[in-house]
Amino acid sequence: MTDNYNAYLNTTEIPGTGSGILKGIRVSIKDNISTKDIETTCASKILKGYIPPYDAHVITLLKAAGATIAGKTNMDEFGMGSTTENSAFGPALNPRDLTRVTGGSSGGSAAAVSAGLVPMALGSDTGGSIRCPAAWCGIVGLKPSYGRVSRFGLIAYANSFEQIGPMAANVRDAAKLFSVIAGHDKKDSTSVSRPYDGNVVADIKGKIIGIPKEYFAEGVDKDVAASVREAIGKLEELGAKTTEISLPSMKYALPAYYVTCTCEASSNLDRFDGVRYGPGPETNLPWHEAYTKVREAGFGPEVKRRILLGTFALSAGYYGKYYVKAQHAKQLIAKDFARALKTCDLLAGPTMPNVAPKIGELTVDPLLMYQTDILTVPVNIAGIPAISVPCKTAHGLPVGLQLMGRMFGEESLLNAALAFEEAV
Amino acid sequence: MVKESEVLHIAELADIGISSPELGKFTEQFNSIIEYFDILDTLEITESLERPLVNVFREDEITPCLSQEDALKNSHAPEDGYIRAPKVI
Repeated sequence: MTDNYNAYLNTTEIPGTGSGILKGIRVSIKDNISTKDIETTCASKILKGYIPPYDAHVITLLKAAGATIAGKTNMDEFGMGSTTENSAFGPALNPRDLTRVTGGSSGGSAAAVSAGLVPMALGSDTGGSIRCPAAWCGIVGLKPSYGRVSRFGLIAYANSFEQIGPMAANVRDAAKLFSVIAGHDKKDSTSVSRPYDGNVVADIKGKIIGIPKEYFAEGVDKDVAASVREAIGKLEELGAKTTEISLPSMKYALPAYYVTCTCEASSNLDRFDGVRYGPGPETNLPWHEAYTKVREAGFGPEVKRRILLGTFALSAGYYGKYYVKAQHAKQLIAKDFARALKTCDLLAGPTMPNVAPKIGELTVDPLLMYQTDILTVPVNIAGIPAISVPCKTAHGLPVGLQLMGRMFGEESLLNAALAFEEAV
Repeated sequence: MVKESEVLHIAELADIGISSPELGKFTEQFNSIIEYFDILDTLEITESLERPLVNVFREDEITPCLSQEDALKNSHAPEDGYIRAPKVI
């Protein structure tokens, strides 16, 4: 396999053990998902050389279904980023335009599928990390409902938001991969018993689609908006009814997301001190000093920034101002979605506010990078599922139509996405 | 406005070393990000937080787990079945 996109951190061809529906199908894995005996780094220097002694639950399921584990894919370090430029091993390149980013953080998985190196891949989505690169590389990506896929063996960054999900060249393949990974796992206490039968059928007729006006607000590229409006028009032609709605609390979504995820990161990444895995601290130094040196050398700038922001937001005097307020904002946002999805079957809008930027364009300012997540983080906050499916290009580059659904309503999302895909 | 000395204190709490050039840059970025977070302060709390989560308990049964050898495989310098760590005292 020739990788011209820096999509892979490690290439493997490990055949599955079972003979299920993925028999002989090559599936690539984001490098924050633990794979027994295969190096798993989260694209971080602090985990260079780490060989997990066990498989993530999703990997056990893939192997049993017959899938070949075809390599570990590049990503933003620990999933922290929206372009895959925060990888310690260099950015992944967008197969649709090599001067542009793939999106992130599951950029290597998206590039591998987009370039046709594999038909499907696993990503993980904390605030858009499956849907963003799917949109910018022109593939399908599904963020499942929180709890539908086991997180056992997913190296945690912000565990109250993240889900593992399928990325594929088309809706049928995404549905097939999702049917293998969905279901209960007692090793993840947030896991629920909602398996998916993989029976995807084009179905959109008579559905009511809410169009949140906030998804077409200032900051969304005009050509991207036009492409998505045209896609929604296509859904209407197929028999869907549309209605404009509002999610008034969305203005709090991005700060609520970044406060919560940085707080969780500051705690989750505490374990990386080099002792049990990683480069090893200088054992003759006092422990604060030894860990400080390991973490300074091992973490990249964005990871340090997020750990520091989280430590700050949780520190005495600031906890009430940031973390507590963020939890209230999350509740308001979740209620906005619940209200909208009482009357609507689905919500639709763009996945990303723009097309894939040039390499280096967003890394100049972290806040600028955070703001590109404005249309993807709300569903992670609400815990609901969302899918990005390619629609008409803008500026010659891929655009994603984002469909958002009711909690555990992946069936409707996949069926609607298939109806759209077959019609265009 | 967060000062460089506060960022340095936070870095000490988080056991992350940062260099002098990094400190100035981080402080500047910190302030613009925190300013953006301040919209949360305009949020009026009118209802209490709902906590829909319940504990998931299981029987405390002995099941297969990692061997000592596997558990130590990735540690920097294991010795006699133990992990070697920096001195605490």
